[in-house]
Amino acid sequence: MSKLPIVRIENLHKKYGDTEVLKGISLEVQEQEVVVIIGPSGTGKSTMLRCINLLTIPDEGRIWLEDQEITAPHTDVNKIRQRIGMVFQDFNLFNHLTALGNVTIGLTKVLGMNKKEAHEKGMWELERVGLADKADLYPAQLSGGQKQRVAIARALGMDPHVMLFDEPTSALDPELIGEVLTVMQKLAREGMTMLVVTHEMGFAREVSDRIIFMEHGVIVEQGPPDQLFYAPKHNRTREFLWKITELYGKDRDNAAPASG
Amino acid sequence: MDELIVFLQRVIPDFIEGTKITLQLTVVALALGAAIGLPAALARVYGGKWLKKIAVAYIELFRGTPLLVQLFVIYYGLPDVGITLSRFGAAYLALGLNSGAYQAEYFRGAIQAIGSGQMMAARAIGMSQIKAIRYIIMPQALRLALPAWSNEAIAMVKYTAIVFLIAVPDLMTKAKLIAGRYFNPIPVYITVAIIYIILVAIATVIMRTVERKLETPGLELETERH
Ligand SMILES: Nc1ncnc2c1ncn2[C@@H]1O[C@H](COP(=O)(O)OP(=O)(O)O)[C@@H](O)[C@H]1O
Ligand SMILES: [Mg+2]
Repeated sequence: MSKLPIVRIENLHKKYGDTEVLKGISLEVQEQEVVVIIGPSGTGKSTMLRCINLLTIPDEGRIWLEDQEITAPHTDVNKIRQRIGMVFQDFNLFNHLTALGNVTIGLTKVLGMNKKEAHEKGMWELERVGLADKADLYPAQLSGGQKQRVAIARALGMDPHVMLFDEPTSALDPELIGEVLTVMQKLAREGMTMLVVTHEMGFAREVSDRIIFMEHGVIVEQGPPDQLFYAPKHNRTREFLWKITELYGKDRDNAAPASG
Repeated sequence: MDELIVFLQRVIPDFIEGTKITLQLTVVALALGAAIGLPAALARVYGGKWLKKIAVAYIELFRGTPLLVQLFVIYYGLPDVGITLSRFGAAYLALGLNSGAYQAEYFRGAIQAIGSGQMMAARAIGMSQIKAIRYIIMPQALRLALPAWSNEAIAMVKYTAIVFLIAVPDLMTKAKLIAGRYFNPIPVYITVAIIYIILVAIATVIMRTVERKLETPGLELETERH
């Protein structure tokens, strides 16, 4: 692992008013690694993800994206964000654009592609998430699972070097979760570097290389899935994992499809 | 009956003249109002501290005072500070500034109804704020603002009658002249009322057509949930 990490976070701090939400997070994510982040709500998981693409500006600490320190002064945030795909809990699809339009708008208006190129690339990305046949539908005409897959295609269109997922299946009806996890698993297999905040323990166990347990703005524990599930070092980790397995139930484990 | 027809034949050219002016005032006031109202709304939502304050001051000033006062200050008051406007100039400016303040609020409401997630998603794919406003926020906000804007457009047809008070020769002013000339006010004002109703009906049909044309499946439904 002497290669340059895709993301390196060093001593990240973030306050909202008097509340310190992130209290010194340090983290490295290697190329092609899939890292799952778990932790109670309000712990700062979303804030940390948003710091990585500078949607939230850290108070203290440094972040590198490959060889570039993105927290350095005078960096071009728009250029940096093109290399980082982000998928949100509530999709945030552009409601006035079709599925295809959602993917191509960044290609034409940010990357400056011409219409024909953007159309081809857009269709290809929709194909990747299995929605080429829905290209002309508007978000309101899609199911939640389909919306999230379009959102993934939109992010992929920018050819990101790393993808951030912030609870991508939390807003979905249970029966729609599987199709999104399938797409994410496929992405992981293709070698995409991914940071995923999720409570889908089936996905975490099967797909991730590493699980990070965060609480109250710090990383409490991290390690390979087997270690966290079967031999956690901290009591809090064990308690939390026990709790969410209860909450999200055994059948949820099956929501993450088996490989192949 | 014959008398009425003869009378109408004699006055119809005047009514047509007046109607043209009323329509002209309506269109210019709405266009000027949009040209002022949209930037004012953007300044109020996205502007820095000072831009915001200027926008709020403008909006509150023109929504908080009678249109008639605005018209008189612009026509009779501005010459005192060295700005003399023609009747038409004053009418356009007063109606435009007034409509701009209301339009700004309709646009602002629509922009704020869009929800912060749209901007965040746009920024996340590397769009600048300006591009995000232009390509993501505005297309949705304008559609959302359209019903309120339609009402403004329809009302403006009638608001323009106020320019009668500075003798701009619109429909209302023509009516007053005709009524005076023939000592026969009732049929004249009834005719004028009918013309306004027809103009309003036409404006309504146009706006509803535009609304239908710009409909996006589920967009209203989607934004209502915010
Ligand atoms: N923009 C914001 N302004 C103020 N407080 C915020 C903001 N974003 C998050 N917070 C607060 O920071 C804490 C951590 O939030 P978040 O990162 O969303 O946690 P998580 O994703 O782990 O649930 C919460 O207490 C939340 O209320
Ligand atoms: Mg969160």
